[in-house]
Amino acid sequence: MLRKITLIVSVLALSALMLIACAAPTAPAPVVQTKVVEQTRVVEQTKVVEKVVEATKVVERVVTATPAPTAAPKSGGVLIAARAADMQGLDPHKQTAFASFRVLELIYDPLVTLDKDMKVVPHLAEAWKWSEDGKTLTMTLRKNVKFHNGDPMTSDDVKFSFERILDEKTGAAARANYALIEKIETPDANTVVFTLKTANGALPAAMTSLNSAILSKKAVSGGQDPAKTANGTGAFKIADWQPDKILKLDANKDYWIPGQPRLAGIEFRTIPDEASILAGLRAKTIDWALINDPRVGIRAGAGGSGLTVTRAPALAYHVLQLNASRPMFKDLKVRQAVSCAIDRQETLDVASLGEGEVTSPATPPFYRAALKDLLCYTKDVDKAKKLLADAGNPTVKFKIMAANAEPPTALAEAQNIQAQLKKIGIESEIESLELGVYVDRWLKGDFDATVALNGGNPDPDIMFFRYWHSTGNLNLVANYKDPEIDKLLEQGRVTADPAKRKEIYDNIQKKLADAVPWVWLYVGYEYRVMQPYVKGFVPLANGANTYLRETWLDK
Amino acid sequence: MQRFILQRLIALVPTLFGISIIVFLVMRLIPGDTISAMIGTQYKLTEVQAAALRAYYGLDKSLPEQYWIWLTNALQGNLGFSVRSGQPVLGEILNRFPLTLELALGAVIIGLLIGLPVGIISAIKRDSLIDLFGRLFSLVGLALPNFWLGTLIILGLSLYLGMLPNSGNYTEFTQNPLANLQQILFPAITLGLAFSASVMRATRSSLLEELFQDYARTARGKGLKEQTVITVHCLKNALIPVITLVGVEMGYLLGGAIVVEEVYALPGVGRLLLNGISQRDYAIVQGAVVFIAFNFVIINLLADLAYAFVNPRIRYD
Repeated sequence: MLRKITLIVSVLALSALMLIACAAPTAPAPVVQTKVVEQTRVVEQTKVVEKVVEATKVVERVVTATPAPTAAPKSGGVLIAARAADMQGLDPHKQTAFASFRVLELIYDPLVTLDKDMKVVPHLAEAWKWSEDGKTLTMTLRKNVKFHNGDPMTSDDVKFSFERILDEKTGAAARANYALIEKIETPDANTVVFTLKTANGALPAAMTSLNSAILSKKAVSGGQDPAKTANGTGAFKIADWQPDKILKLDANKDYWIPGQPRLAGIEFRTIPDEASILAGLRAKTIDWALINDPRVGIRAGAGGSGLTVTRAPALAYHVLQLNASRPMFKDLKVRQAVSCAIDRQETLDVASLGEGEVTSPATPPFYRAALKDLLCYTKDVDKAKKLLADAGNPTVKFKIMAANAEPPTALAEAQNIQAQLKKIGIESEIESLELGVYVDRWLKGDFDATVALNGGNPDPDIMFFRYWHSTGNLNLVANYKDPEIDKLLEQGRVTADPAKRKEIYDNIQKKLADAVPWVWLYVGYEYRVMQPYVKGFVPLANGANTYLRETWLDK
Repeated sequence: MQRFILQRLIALVPTLFGISIIVFLVMRLIPGDTISAMIGTQYKLTEVQAAALRAYYGLDKSLPEQYWIWLTNALQGNLGFSVRSGQPVLGEILNRFPLTLELALGAVIIGLLIGLPVGIISAIKRDSLIDLFGRLFSLVGLALPNFWLGTLIILGLSLYLGMLPNSGNYTEFTQNPLANLQQILFPAITLGLAFSASVMRATRSSLLEELFQDYARTARGKGLKEQTVITVHCLKNALIPVITLVGVEMGYLLGGAIVVEEVYALPGVGRLLLNGISQRDYAIVQGAVVFIAFNFVIINLLADLAYAFVNPRIRYD
């Protein structure tokens, strides 16, 4: 008898448990209530004023939720900031992980930076001038800049930093962007002259990166290892870093922009699970957070949470990379069929809950090509089938390589593409790999196809040259060469006039869309979620948090 | 006794040596190395750049040479430097160990506090309704995965009580004991619930067995109260398998409870190891695994010694 009761009770309890399991984690109904306060669309053309030519005039759309300031900014207070991953290291020239950028860009300053319209604007260099042949760039440095250890920043430090990047032994990430630099001279303490082998209009845009940060010559050549000690000129300095445990930044009181930073400090917390970050925001133990997963971001503003959510379309893009050197993708028609069979919006809807925008190969809005001009940006199954028939109806079978949770949407993208391609009879198999293994194979170009989230850049030269020029340092990964594209890329590099440049890059994008070495999918959003009393923060499309300098707490 | 301890400590040497070689080889056999993990997919280094970075981290030397350098340094107490933070590995491990130790102790204490009484009552009142619920509890406890239970606790606390056990601001015990205990409590409960289930099962079955032994019958025959028979005679013997369980569990937990540390954003040894693996931070992985193995052996030695304590018939001479 008792046995029977035991059995019945167990079964009941188990089913109750399963019910709880199904019901409990459901969040309140996902009513999206994004607080878009203003949506600016700035389209700006270059003003070529005499000889001063700014290399990049990029147009950007930034959705910002920062309301017009109602009160005067207050100084002081420590911002509690949270994100899922901690820094990977300290040496600014060697960092490639977004998590490292998001912190170190507050510690170090580049020569020039990007404003909220993704326009290159002065930073440590207060002005710059191109020679008429576009081969000499003369930069004038600010005078009142000091490193965190108190040493003044001079042209020697700039020369030293760029020579460190150019030295192959450093292993600097941005070296390829400066391959055209022939020599660097310092006529006086506040002037740096870069002489190039050939003109390179993308140079200032490259210089905006953390990977081109200015280090102290005196400290580093005196034995200070940037991998162990951070000594920048930035608005904040590192007070304490114990990986995954503590990251405290103190305001740099001698910062060269008067009145900045407004915060007395920032305490970064690492919380690996973004759902827990959201829980922390709701419990008001976190002031400001960076969210990457659209499934969490979309929930952040839901249900009258009272939180301010900002979304900015990222420059980084989701892409299905095909490997044109593999037998199944050698035939152009097969690649085109793949492109025509994929509804990019569907992939975006499924993998990122529609949080993003379908993108052309170039992601900075000014340089984006009109999607209607690109081959098969509207799904066309009949055309895909016809292309396959023209190719002789080959049996196409391939593997889609995806990294485990990097980005969080990778697997969903791969599955959606798999399902869409199946409809035209193309069979695929998904290979889900641990990130370290994935990176290794990606760099070797060892895959049939892969879903990836590749970094973007405000300048299309930096986005395209490394993959699509036959001498680009990631051309092996792209595995596609075209002499015409080579020629266009070289032209784009030396052209200064934005209208002409746009024409060149539109042309390149059309060729890329026709040749389908890759299927460009979409750009996602980056979310910053904050308490209503956090003021003055502006999200940038390149993901930078530099506006934390101007952020203040209204409480 | 001393000889036994000495023998076990000597046996520790080849164990650690073997483990260090295995970890060393496995880390280098899995695809992807420190340099590619560091650079990721944003850039590609030239051969010279990659070689320079390899030389910087000492990865250009042959495997036996690399191992030899590590071994000779390790014997002098230097476990190398973390690629990520540039800090000494031993410091990074010791920095995180207090939390891991606290979490392990907390989980074991909670496990025992729940598991022992429930197990004892279940055994005494065998097949009663209490026993039924006790066994059901242990079944559920064993079946619930930590990541789910942890997430559920966090959700419950944050949504309904507006509080969070931890928002990534781990406070050390020495800084603020109260805040520290608040942060440890829920992770320890998460870990402890599953453990209490195993404790309950082990206590119940082994006590049941002891209750029917001849000596128990003799004790009852002498006219002792049932309570005395259980607490003085049977329980002591019944605890041996529980001690084994505690030993093994402590050993595991001191290796870091990776899942619970991730869910609760606690910077323990487990997360150090996990991040070390994904970043191919060889020195961190190597150091952490050897450290964990060392703990495991020591804890098991302590468990063996505890047998002799609860059951004087066990001698190690």
